Order: sequence, then C-alpha cells, then structure tokens
Amino acid sequence: MRWLLVKDLQILKRSPLLVALLVIYPVVIAVLIGLALSRGPDKPRVAFVNEVPTAANVIQLGGENIDTSKYGKLLFNSIEPVRVDSEEEAIAKVKSGDVLGALVLPSDLTQKLASGIEPAHVKVYYNAEDPVKARFVQDTINSQVQKANAAVRKKLTKIALGYLHLIVQGGQFSFFGRHFDVLGLAKAEAILRVTLKQIPKNTAASAQVAAVQQFAKIARDNLDLSDNVLKTVGEPIVVDQHVLRGGKTPLDAFAVAVAVTVSLMFVTLLLAAGTLALEREENAFARLVRGLVSRTGLLAEKGLLAAGAAFVVTLAMLAGLALFIDLAWDRFPLWMVALAAGALGFAAMGVAIGAITREVRAASLMAFMLSLPIAFLALVPSGSVSQGLYDVTSAISAVFPFKPTLDALNAALNDAGGLGKALVHLALLVLGYGLLARVSLRRFA
Amino acid sequence: MTDALLEARSVSKRFGDREALRGVSLTAARGEIVAVIGPNGAGKTTLLSIIAGIQKPDGGELSRSPAEVGWVPQQAAVYGKLTVAENLRLFARLEKRPDVEAVVDRMLHQTGLEARADDQVSTLSGGNRQRVNIAIGLLAQPEVLLLDEPSASLDPRQRERLWQFIRGLAEAGTAVLFSTHNVAEAERNASRVLVLADGELIFEGGASELEAEVGDERDFESAFVEFLRKRGH
Repeated sequence: MRWLLVKDLQILKRSPLLVALLVIYPVVIAVLIGLALSRGPDKPRVAFVNEVPTAANVIQLGGENIDTSKYGKLLFNSIEPVRVDSEEEAIAKVKSGDVLGALVLPSDLTQKLASGIEPAHVKVYYNAEDPVKARFVQDTINSQVQKANAAVRKKLTKIALGYLHLIVQGGQFSFFGRHFDVLGLAKAEAILRVTLKQIPKNTAASAQVAAVQQFAKIARDNLDLSDNVLKTVGEPIVVDQHVLRGGKTPLDAFAVAVAVTVSLMFVTLLLAAGTLALEREENAFARLVRGLVSRTGLLAEKGLLAAGAAFVVTLAMLAGLALFIDLAWDRFPLWMVALAAGALGFAAMGVAIGAITREVRAASLMAFMLSLPIAFLALVPSGSVSQGLYDVTSAISAVFPFKPTLDALNAALNDAGGLGKALVHLALLVLGYGLLARVSLRRFA
Repeated sequence: MTDALLEARSVSKRFGDREALRGVSLTAARGEIVAVIGPNGAGKTTLLSIIAGIQKPDGGELSRSPAEVGWVPQQAAVYGKLTVAENLRLFARLEKRPDVEAVVDRMLHQTGLEARADDQVSTLSGGNRQRVNIAIGLLAQPEVLLLDEPSASLDPRQRERLWQFIRGLAEAGTAVLFSTHNVAEAERNASRVLVLADGELIFEGGASELEAEVGDERDFESAFVEFLRKRGH
C-alpha cells in the first residue's frame, strides 16, 4: 500500500500540468465563490444623489412631522451607497461600471410627498448590457422603494381618513392658505331635518339652507380630491428608470443566449481538444505530419470539424428553443453568423488545449476545467464587485471566447447591438489561439 | 557501396546537453536488410526518426527526402475505431495514390489481412495490428522502408511471419533499415548490422565479422555484449 502511494505521488510529481490544474482549479473556484458570497448582490454599490435640502427632510403629513431621512436609512441597509454630488457624476459612475446603478432623489421629492396629491418621483440609472443585471437592479430598487412606499402609505391613509372624517363630522379645513368651516354630513342632516319642519321661506332657515349648499360644494370638492389622494396612497413614490447602455433584452431571450453559448463552448472545446489529442494517443500524429498533412492543416481540420459539428448542434438547439421562446426568426442569418464565429473561437481554443496536452483524457479534463470558470467570470455584472476586481474579471474574460460569443449571440438574437465588435474580438482570439496551438504543436510534438 | 538507395552522412542530433547522435553515416542498398542495434539510449530510434522526417537533424545530410521513405513506427500508428480497410484507404488517400481501392486490395493481399478487412483495428491481435502498421508504411511502394522495433510486441510465430514478409519485400528490391533490441533477430534477418552506442556508430558489417572481432564467444548475442564491454559501453 505504502509503495503504491509513493508510486502515485511520483507520477503526480512528474505530471506538472495535471497537478497545476488540480491545485489551481479549486483555488480559482474557491476565490470566485468567495467573491460571490462576500460581494454578493445583496449589497450592490449604488451611486446616491440626494438633492432634497436638509431643511425639507421633515415633512408634515396628516398633522404629523415625518423625517424622510429615516426612509433613506432603510434603503442603505440594502445597498452600499456611493454618495456623489450631482446627477451627472452618478451617471458617469454607472457608465464606467464603478457602480451597479444610480438613485437620484430630486429636490421636490419631500414637497410632493407632503402634498399627498401627486406621486413623488425618484430617478434610477443603470446599464442593461446584461439583462440579469438589469433585472437585479430593477428588483433591488423596486423592493426598496416599495418599503418606503409602504411606510408613506400609512401616513397618507391617515390623511384620507381625516378627509372622510371631516366630510362626515365637519370641522376646520385649510387648503392652499384658505380656511373653511366644514359643516359635515351629520350636522347637515340635522339642519335639514329642522329646516324641513320650519319651512317658511325668506327667514333664517334660508341662510341655513345656504350653509347646506356650501357644504355640498365642499364635500364634492373633497371627494374629488380624495381620488388623487387614493391614487397617491397606491404609489406615493414612483421610480423613473433610465437605461444608460445596452438594449432591452428580455431575460428569457438572454437565458437562451447563455444556454446556447455554454453548449457551444462544451461541444466545440471537447471535440477540438479531444480529436487533436487522439491523433497523438493513436500514435498517428507523427505519421501524418511527416509529409501527409501539414501541422497547420491538421489544426485547421480539427478546428473546422469541431466548429462545424457544434454549429449544427447549437443551431438545432436554438431552433428548438425558438418553439418555446419568442425569438426573432427574421434575424436567422445573424444567428448563424454569431454561432459560426463563436464556434471558430472555441475551436481555436480547443485545438490549443489539444496541442498542449498529449492524451484525450487530459485534453478533456483541461477543456472542462477551463470552461466553467471562464463562463462564470464572463457573467459577473459590472458594479457587483469592486471596480478593480471587475477590471480583472473583464480582462480575463476578454482572452477567452465565452464573453464575445455571448455578446455576439445576444446581439444576433435580441438586437442588443455590438455584433461587429464581438465578431472582431472573436477573430482576434481565433488568430491568437491558432498561433498558440501551432507553437504548442511544434513544442510538444 | 554501389546501388545505395539510402545514404546518410554525418548525421548529428542534440537534446539539450546530451548528444543523441554524433556524426553517424550509413548506407542501405537495393534488396539489403540492415539492422541497427545497440543498448538502450544508443540513438537507434532518433536515427530512424531523422531519416523518416519526424525529427530534424542538427547536422549532416540525407540522400532521400522523408516523402520517399516508408516508415513503420514502433507503436502501431493506426486508428483503432476504423476497420483495416478504412485505415488503408485513409492513408492511401493522404498519400495521394492514384487508384486507392487497387492499392488497398494489394496491401490487404500482401499482408494476408483480406479476411479481416472489415474488422475494427482495435479488435485485432498485436501481430495483425503491426501488419496493418507495416501495410500503411508500404502504401506508397517506397524503395526504402524504415522499421522501428518491428517485432517488439509479437510472439515468436507472429515474428516469423513478419520476417517472411519483410524478406519478401527485400527480395523484391526494397532497402530495409530496422532497429531492434533483439540481436539474435538481427543476426538471423539482416545482411548487415550497424552498432550504435551513445549516439556513435561503433561497428558496421556482417554479424560474423562482429563475432570474429570479439573472438571465441558462444553466440552472436554474447559476442555483441562483449564487443560493447570492450568498447567501454
């Protein structure tokens, strides 16, 4: 047993690539998971602009003083606010990806809340280049605004009840500086009852009838006002959303793009890496490259085989998914362009893996182990991690074909824009990985 | 030597600090079977790989381009998932043979594999697999055939069949150069032996000449071991 263990350790020691993968892979995955947990989406960085004057923070609703800054603190329990001085600065931070989104409280926010007549508006800015992120921003802001709305709603309900009480019981009412004595339905009923008994005209009774008429008018006006109040009670604060960058890709269509890209990645990488490694495992490589096929030709053949097979498989997959999800069939030629470009990108990476490794099993393992983290990294949205870390993940994603393929496919499927840029990116990756594969083939053959 | 189909002059090769071949020269004539023998690490496979064009030499010259030489690697370089005929057909096409089917039929007949033509190579015995391996090396009907340890994985009966086949090729005019660890096999089948040690050619001639150089040894294998010992290997 002991000697078997020693033998296996010696073999591992002499397999530096495998050992490196075994060590580095869990470390990378652990770091990624750690980042996801420590900087998860429960506390996104959000630029925050408060244009409400400090003095206007306290408003009067239903005869009570309400400190609106208390509701702001509620919001900060759920986000990491990055305080900025102006709306322009907030927009710049969103555009640069430094923050996930921006929340702007306009100066008239509390004034509108205090009026109780029309909803107060807040502004939200975010990038929608990734629909998952867009949905996340929407959900986060909406849930926080709903909390604030619920709190304000209580106060406004109290106001509405006050108006109703005024109409029924009567009393003093102020509106835009004018003061009214409201008779109230109860008193009006009593007066009418008395008046009916003393009906003679042109007497004091006629004045009382006049009072009843005035009450009727005010009651009607107040009931009209109640409509607005009730609307405001429904949604005291309204969110105005502004998308700064990216299209309005539906989440299910984006999910299709992700699913197809992942499938394209696995099929192409495993096929390209495996078939090239197989040539060496079958000892046929040396026989082939001694004049029958050039090394470059061999790489091209493996790459095209893998890309072609994956293209057909994923195109069929896309067509199948289109039966269940509304995709734009008139963009079918663009689907094919994006899939073909992505397949070539992954194929170039696959042959590079196949050229570096000597066996099919090692090639498959390496292809599989590389695939998951690059897909994971490519899906990290801007603003969900610190700017520096996001730059690192973006740089890493840029040297693998997953992100540009996803961008290309998203653009082709959803008219999200940026198809040309993604295609150029993929073309550069094909060249880069092709070169790496060619050099590796010379080095390891 | 007259009628030499293959000539190598001062071939050298280094792997880092190690000199794998030191100015090795050899010839192989039409119909001649030449054995390259030597201890492990002597440079036998490196020499054949350079002549076959698998590796590039650091120095020296070769009279033939790799494309003009048939090569049979030590381990069968065939596709296990393809049938015998499919393997032959594939390589015949890659060799750009004019009549692929005729070439395949000829090689199946020549190697006695007609009955196994439609069997996957992975189901064949080691001997039959080696026959397919050799058949692929002969598809282009080369005048020079290189075989790297051709009988290493074969049992005695399969070995004998293989040598019958190779002798037949030599009789038809092919120059055969093979490497082996089995010095008795070299003595039996080669018309000439080359002894390599530490990348250096230390003997070239007939088996009996090597025995004579050593003296009163019991057999060729003993003579070979004694020869190496005397030369400090």
